[in-house]
Amino acid sequence: MHAEVAIIDYSMGNLGSVKKKLDHIGVSSVITSNHEQIKNSKKIILPGVGHFANGVKMLKEKNLWDFIKQEVEQNNKPILGICLGMQLMAKHSEEGNEHGFGWFDAEVIKFNIKDKLKYKVPHIGWNSVEIKKQDKIFENIAMESGFYFVHAYHIVCNNKNDVIGESNYEYDFACAVRKNNIVGVQFHPEKSHEEGEKLLINFCNS
Amino acid sequence: MFRPRVIPVLLLKNNGLAKSVNFKDHRYIGDPINAVKLFNNFKADELVFLDIYASKEKRLVSLDFVKKVGEEANMPFAVGGGITSLNDIKAVLNAGAEKVVINASAVQNPSFIKEAANTFGSSTIAVCMDVKKKFLSKEKKVFTINGSKASVFSPVDFAKKMEELGAGEIIVQSVEKDGTMSGYDLELIKQVSGAVTIPVVALGGAGTLAHLKQAVIESNASAVAAGSMFVYHGPRRAVLVNYPSRQELNTLFS
Repeated sequence: MHAEVAIIDYSMGNLGSVKKKLDHIGVSSVITSNHEQIKNSKKIILPGVGHFANGVKMLKEKNLWDFIKQEVEQNNKPILGICLGMQLMAKHSEEGNEHGFGWFDAEVIKFNIKDKLKYKVPHIGWNSVEIKKQDKIFENIAMESGFYFVHAYHIVCNNKNDVIGESNYEYDFACAVRKNNIVGVQFHPEKSHEEGEKLLINFCNS
Repeated sequence: MFRPRVIPVLLLKNNGLAKSVNFKDHRYIGDPINAVKLFNNFKADELVFLDIYASKEKRLVSLDFVKKVGEEANMPFAVGGGITSLNDIKAVLNAGAEKVVINASAVQNPSFIKEAANTFGSSTIAVCMDVKKKFLSKEKKVFTINGSKASVFSPVDFAKKMEELGAGEIIVQSVEKDGTMSGYDLELIKQVSGAVTIPVVALGGAGTLAHLKQAVIESNASAVAAGSMFVYHGPRRAVLVNYPSRQELNTLFS
């Protein structure tokens, strides 16, 4: 039996918590950097915490960059990016001045905060998400209950049509993006109690 | 809307849960994994575990314990206790923690924080400073080893240094307020929060929801943490794990 979801292992952050959640909702998954296992899975989750340029470097070093690109672009495999995994879907990030997959016409920039006393960076904690565009991953979720965020950088989409959810931290920023089979969220559904669990169920079932 | 985190801090002693007053008189509270289950049910924002004797005994917090918490916790959690090397951090993160809390090593070897942040990313590195007045002095200093060893650092200087080196957040703990449930050291929290642009977590002294609110509104804390408040109930301090409801939290800080 092949695992339904391949959780990409590129040595960036805590992957066990994503797997634990999938186990809990009864979706088979494997934490892997193996091409065959990724190919045999129905869906891909690209998690990750850490430095953007470092993430790109690790994906390339582990021979995953071109392979994931091919799976997503040519084989149209559904992929969910979480946190750094979502940022990597953008064209470019100022964190390490590096290029991402470029699936979204977007730039990743550092929070540009004016009231530095009130809004500390990184943005850590629970924040509500406003739906900008209905999406399968938001089905049956009480958005006002919020999701868990940990990040100093955020995505800025040039094409507003790509933005499905926004949050506010002194100003509005895109925290969920979608283009066809590609979806990304800045927050951590795997750490966001039941509502996060529902989002993962929605991704796995859609 | 952004909501400041409310974080139970659980102290470990011989892998059991303990609670102190002024960093002394540790009382056994119960089984930590059971507490995690209860905090899951309460949908707590985040948890912090500190092995309070690890640095003194020159050992790392039990990885087996961290793994058990990781298997149970539905929320992010941070772990501190005897972390002195990059390998220690890697081991604690691999065991399932989202963040590490560094205290003694940050004081003894500040450049360690830089290495740690560069390797694992700032958001995984929290520095905890224990603050109290030096004996026969009015000056507050940063202490280590369960508040027994004074450093040369003032809280503000230390916080600035930690930010510069790449720490992702700073937990400011008042030793004098610990376990008193009489409210935070608001002046201390305000000073530190005003000096840095990274999140500051208030710890030490919280006893009521009003105390939590004060730290955020009056002292600009980004998050509020407490021990006694979430494990005790009533004036006789009966052990009862508790946590405010989502509804209470959503209205508390607005």
